Amino acid sequence: MNESDIPHFEEKKDGSNWVLRLYIAGQTPKSLAAISNLHRICDEHRETKFHIEVIDLLEKPQLAEGDKIIAIPTLVRKLPEPIRKVIGDLSDTEKTLVGLQLKPKSS
Amino acid sequence: MANQLPLLQKCPTGIVGFDDITSGGLPYGRPTLLAGHAGTGKTLFSLEFILHGIEKYNEPGIFVSFEETPEDIATNVASIGFDLAHHQAENRLRVLHIELDANELIEAGDYDLDGLFLRLGAAIEATGARRIALDAVENLFSAFSDLRILRAEFRRLLKWLKQKGITAVITTERGTHSITRHGLEEYIADCVISLDQRIEDQLATRRLRVVKYRGSAHGDDEYPFVLGDNGFAVMPLTSAGLDHDVSMERISTGIESLDEMLAGGIYRGSSVLVSGTSGTGKSSVAAHMIDAACRRGERSLYFALEESPRQIMRNMSSIGFDLNRWVQAGLLQFHAARPTSGGLESHLTTLITLAEEFSPQVVIIDPVTAFNTGADMEQAKSLLIRAVDYFKVRNMTALFTSLTLGGEAAESTSVAISSLIDVWLLLRNLENAGERTRGLYVCKARGIAHSHRIREFLLTAEGVQLVDVMLDDNGQILTGSARLARLKQLDNETSSLYTEVARNHRISDVK
Repeated sequence: MNESDIPHFEEKKDGSNWVLRLYIAGQTPKSLAAISNLHRICDEHRETKFHIEVIDLLEKPQLAEGDKIIAIPTLVRKLPEPIRKVIGDLSDTEKTLVGLQLKPKSS
Repeated sequence: MANQLPLLQKCPTGIVGFDDITSGGLPYGRPTLLAGHAGTGKTLFSLEFILHGIEKYNEPGIFVSFEETPEDIATNVASIGFDLAHHQAENRLRVLHIELDANELIEAGDYDLDGLFLRLGAAIEATGARRIALDAVENLFSAFSDLRILRAEFRRLLKWLKQKGITAVITTERGTHSITRHGLEEYIADCVISLDQRIEDQLATRRLRVVKYRGSAHGDDEYPFVLGDNGFAVMPLTSAGLDHDVSMERISTGIESLDEMLAGGIYRGSSVLVSGTSGTGKSSVAAHMIDAACRRGERSLYFALEESPRQIMRNMSSIGFDLNRWVQAGLLQFHAARPTSGGLESHLTTLITLAEEFSPQVVIIDPVTAFNTGADMEQAKSLLIRAVDYFKVRNMTALFTSLTLGGEAAESTSVAISSLIDVWLLLRNLENAGERTRGLYVCKARGIAHSHRIREFLLTAEGVQLVDVMLDDNGQILTGSARLARLKQLDNETSSLYTEVARNHRISDVK
C-alpha cells in the first residue's frame, strides 16, 4: 500500500485554526470508516477550518511514539491546545464531537 | 537427556532460587502471569527477568511499563547493579513507557490496539528481543472502558507473542476474589505465579507461590523471598543443594581449650549445634563465639527465641562478657521473637531478611528447638534445612543451640537436624558424689580430627573454661570438687604422675 491509496482531504494550511491528525494502520474497515466519518463531521462544521493529516502507522511506525498511540484508529486534536484524543472509528458522532469539543457536552 | 521424552523447554530467569523451584525457569516462548499486590516486587521480578536474559543468557529483551517512567525504572535497578543505559546503547534493551490517561481518551466507535502492537513489534525487531515484560497491565484495562475489546485484544497480544516465540512475563495487580483484578489468569494457561506480602511482627514477609505451571513439575509451597541488595531472591528448600563452596579457613570458637579440642577451631561457614539440657551453658558457648567474631571485627546476628536481648546481655555479663558494647559498635544485632508469633516460614523469612540486610559472618539461633512449639516436626526440619543451606551458601558460620529435655537421650536433638550439622558439641550434666557439674564433648566435627574426651565445663567470671576431667582408680570420671580432691591427692602422692597423665591426654587429643 502506498500513500496515494489513502483518501486525502482538502488541506487548508493557510488560516486553518484546527489541526487534526488521524492515525490508522492499513486500510482496514475500521480505518476507512474513521476516515469517512471524520470527513462527514468536518463537512457538517464548515464554520471551523480544519487541517487534517492521516498517518498510516504501517508505513511510518516510528510516528506512533510521538503521540503515544495505542489504539487504532486514534484521532488527535493537535490544535487548539490542549491535545485531545478520540479513539475508535468515529461512528459515534456525539462522542466524537464531545471528544473534540466541537460542541458543548450539555447539548 | 538425549533418551528422554522432549520436555517443556525452560527459560531461565536468573533470579536467585526461582529457577530451582521451577526446575529451570519459565516456559520458553510462552507468557507467564505474575500477580501480586502493590509493593510485592512484581516490577523487580520482571525487570530482573529481562536484564538477566541480556547479561547471562544472551537474550535481548523489552521492558514495557504501563506505570513507571523509564527514569524511575533506571533509578530503581541502579541500586542493585544494573546499568540500563548501557544495554539500551548496545541495542539489546528497550524500555517502553506506555502512558495511559483515561481522562484523555474518548471512545467513539470500534477500535483495536494495533498502535501498541506496532510499537512492540518495532522494538522487538530492532533489538531481536527474545524476552518481553509487560509491567502493570491492569492500567491498560482501566484506561479503556470497552472491556470486550480489551479482552479480545489482550488475547490477541498473547497469541501474537507466542507466535513470535517470545517468553513473556506479564505482571498485574491481585484481585480481591480472583488471582488478578481483570481475571487475566483465564487467558494465560501456561504459568501463573503469585506474590504476596504479609506484615507479621512489624516485619514484612514476602512469599512466592507457583499457582500453576502446565507441563512442568514445580514446588507447591509458598517460598519466602527477599528484595535485598542483590535484587529478588527466592529461598527454596533446595537452592543451596550440596554444591556450595566450602571454606578451608578455621575460626575460633572463642574458647581456647575448645579450639584445641577441635584441632584449631571450626571451619568458616560451618554449622555448629550446641545441645544440652537446661542450664548446661549453651548460650555461654554462643556468647564466646560472638565475642570472638566481634573482636575480629566481624558482624554477628543473634536470633533469640526464648530470652530477651537485655536478659541475654545481663546473663552474659555475669560470665564476663560485655555484649552491649558490640551492639553499640554495630557489630552485634539481636532479633528477639517468640516462636509462636507467626509461622515458621515467617521466622525463616525474617531471619533471611535480617541476614541479607546485616550480612553477618556469624549467626546464632538460640534455641533452635523453640521452633518445635506448636509446629509440626517436618515443617520445622524443612525450615532448618533451608536456614542451614542459606547460611552455608553465604559462608556464614551458624550456631544453633538445642535444648535436650530431661527424659531424652543426650544424643537426640528433638528437631532431628544433627545430620545437617558439621560440628556438634554436647553439653551434659554430670552427677558425681552428690555434686552436679557440667561436661562437654565433641560429638562430631566433620573434616576435623577432634578430641573424643569429655571435658569439665566451668562457667567462670571470665567465661567458659574447659578442664581435663580426672579419673579415679576405677576409671570413673571425677569432676568438680571430687576432681580437685583427686588432683590434690595425686599432687601429694606423685606430682610427676599427674604431669604424665595430662601429657597422655594431650597426645590422645591430637589423634
